[in-house]
Amino acid sequence: MPIPETDVQWVETARLGFWEQLYIPSMLAGLKTTIGHIFSPQVKTEQYPEQEPKMPANYRGVHRLNRDHNDRVKCVACYMCATACPAHCIDIVAAPAPADWKDREKYPETFVIDELRCIYCGMCEEACPVDAIELTTLYDLTGLSREEMIFDKEKLLSVFDQTTKAGTDPVRTRAGRLGAASDTAPG
Amino acid sequence: MPTVYVNDKPVEIGTKKLNCIQAAELAGVFVPSYCWHEALTVVASCRMCLVEVGDLKDGKLAMQPRVLPGCQTPVKDGTVIVTGEYDKRDASLPALPYDPGYVKGGAPGVRAKKSQADTLEGLLINHPLDCPVCDKAGECKLQDFSFKYGRSESRMVDVKNTPANKPQLSSKITLFTDRCIMCTRCVRFTREISGTAELMVHGRGHHEEIDTFPGKPLENKLAGNVVDLCPVGALGSKDFLYKQRVWYLKESDGVCSRCSTGCSIHVDSNKDIVYRLRARTNPEAQGFFMCDEGRYGYHFANSTERFLRPVAKVDGALKPAAWNVITPQLKQAFAKAVSDNAKLVVGVLSPFLTVEEAFLFATYFKGLSADVRLAIGPVPVVGQDDKYPKDVKGNAVEPTKFVIHAEKCPNRRGVEAVLKHFQGSVISFDKVAKDSVSAMWFAGGYPDKVAVEANMGMDWKTPGLLIAQDLFASTVTAAATFILPATTSFEKDGTFVNHAGLAQTFARSVKPPTEIRTELQLAFDMLGRRGLVQAAAIRAELAKAIPFFAGLGATKLAANGVRFELPTV
Repeated sequence: MPIPETDVQWVETARLGFWEQLYIPSMLAGLKTTIGHIFSPQVKTEQYPEQEPKMPANYRGVHRLNRDHNDRVKCVACYMCATACPAHCIDIVAAPAPADWKDREKYPETFVIDELRCIYCGMCEEACPVDAIELTTLYDLTGLSREEMIFDKEKLLSVFDQTTKAGTDPVRTRAGRLGAASDTAPG
Repeated sequence: MPTVYVNDKPVEIGTKKLNCIQAAELAGVFVPSYCWHEALTVVASCRMCLVEVGDLKDGKLAMQPRVLPGCQTPVKDGTVIVTGEYDKRDASLPALPYDPGYVKGGAPGVRAKKSQADTLEGLLINHPLDCPVCDKAGECKLQDFSFKYGRSESRMVDVKNTPANKPQLSSKITLFTDRCIMCTRCVRFTREISGTAELMVHGRGHHEEIDTFPGKPLENKLAGNVVDLCPVGALGSKDFLYKQRVWYLKESDGVCSRCSTGCSIHVDSNKDIVYRLRARTNPEAQGFFMCDEGRYGYHFANSTERFLRPVAKVDGALKPAAWNVITPQLKQAFAKAVSDNAKLVVGVLSPFLTVEEAFLFATYFKGLSADVRLAIGPVPVVGQDDKYPKDVKGNAVEPTKFVIHAEKCPNRRGVEAVLKHFQGSVISFDKVAKDSVSAMWFAGGYPDKVAVEANMGMDWKTPGLLIAQDLFASTVTAAATFILPATTSFEKDGTFVNHAGLAQTFARSVKPPTEIRTELQLAFDMLGRRGLVQAAAIRAELAKAIPFFAGLGATKLAANGVRFELPTV
């Protein structure tokens, strides 16, 4: 449904004032930060790769596909991540879920992320209604060929196993199941 | 003239019998509704179209104190309709004299707006919020209207009803029972349009469910329409289920090619693959619906068994050939056969061609020699015309609301009109098939080989030179010297003339596979014309050349098609 013209609010960009047009105050502010660092005692060089950095929990590295409590893929193949993805790097083929998966009707038959195309913006993670796709703190993704960098469902699930086992990225799931009665209490 | 006031805007309704929804539409005001459908009876059960109604007589306005369902309320001269969008009305119009007593209970529009929001809240009480996995998401009326007229939060604290899904409802259709909002459009459709009455409502109140009688699944040739009719994601087509999200689909207008009804359709495709066909409302052609043969009859276009490139027989073996190599060969071989004895050369134009294609091919064949005979390809006819609604015994009941024609091709009348113009009469295929023919150009495009073979007669004599253009292998292509790939109606621009003489123009929905040239382009090349072909330009030529098609000459054709006066056959 298109947004009606009456609901659109147009916003003008703010006009620059005299001092802002000079740019000098902002330049001085920048220089202050730079010069401050010269005299700051906390300058610290990390000895990478001998010393590996500890990434903050919200770092956006390699994706993983989470598993649910039955070790099945948590994804429900809703295509929200593929729709949100600005780089069009997610390709999903949905199918009716196996008959013994009583809690849902749809699952991803294949789930492929082209890690080379990905810009690691985290929109997929934001869009996911079941917290099935997450970006981990794995930052040193390398490969010898393009094919190697195209991650399929098994590979993405193995990233989940690897990161949860290593404890670098614990399961931080909040959303519950998305089934016939989806609005059961999260947890 | 009878005048109705919609949000203070006067609209003349003429002699039409309208309800409030239709009258508001005339005034450009949209009134949301779920259960109301123009082709079905009114039940006023969804309560989404609630409006405020009054009567303006001798300058005095008497508003009814309660809101009324717009679908069930007929309008007459002086009817005043106030919808929930009264605050968005054209403020330059003079306001009607609303009674102060009425305004005290709420300004005009407030009652309607509140009742719409309340209706939506009620509908959402038991509706699961599984939009991400629901196939309807993106084209769901419940989503759209909730966004536009509803509340953003639910106050529901109890556990929702979760009745079990019913995939056994039909072989083609599944029911997600919990998503149903009980508009009963599907039930009314099976009772009123198909007449087969498989669906019913059982249970009461919040435990109402759509169901079939045990052992009597929803199986009729119009069943697929209930999926289109369903305003939410309750009824899903198993054919389309989980194939695509609807926002990836590109919708284009087409014409169904599976029978001579020529239903107007929406073709939904993504990345040049057709995923779904839906009926497009066209009162001139078929009305609001389409049959399942047409609806699920698009799979041939995505088949891997299609001819994908031109093939030439060299020393008894078939070898792929490039278009730029094969085109001069075709031209030369066919011209030679014509110069040897034009009377033994036949051009066959199938009823699956568009009139533009038939016109260009006929121009080419008759341009070589006036003695070349033109025949219409095998016309597939299966059984009898199937009329709906039906009664319990399966007999058609008057008045007829939908006809599936026995003639399973879209354009017999159009091709015949072209043939009549070029040689005065139409020669049927079985007549030329028996003759010994030196060369034949078979322009096919049949969606399956049964359509060709069932109607070609047993005594088919293989011509010396046979150029066969078709989608699938058949007896004809087996005998061919050159096999050319054909395009489906989704892959070309053109015009079909249906059984009643309605000419509908359509544009291409998807690109044909890379190495396929459209029939129109090929005929254009054979005529030795340069450049890329444009169907609209050929159509203008056709309208000028053949008086029968003069109606197609307009630069902008009517969306519902052009109806021709047909001579009695």
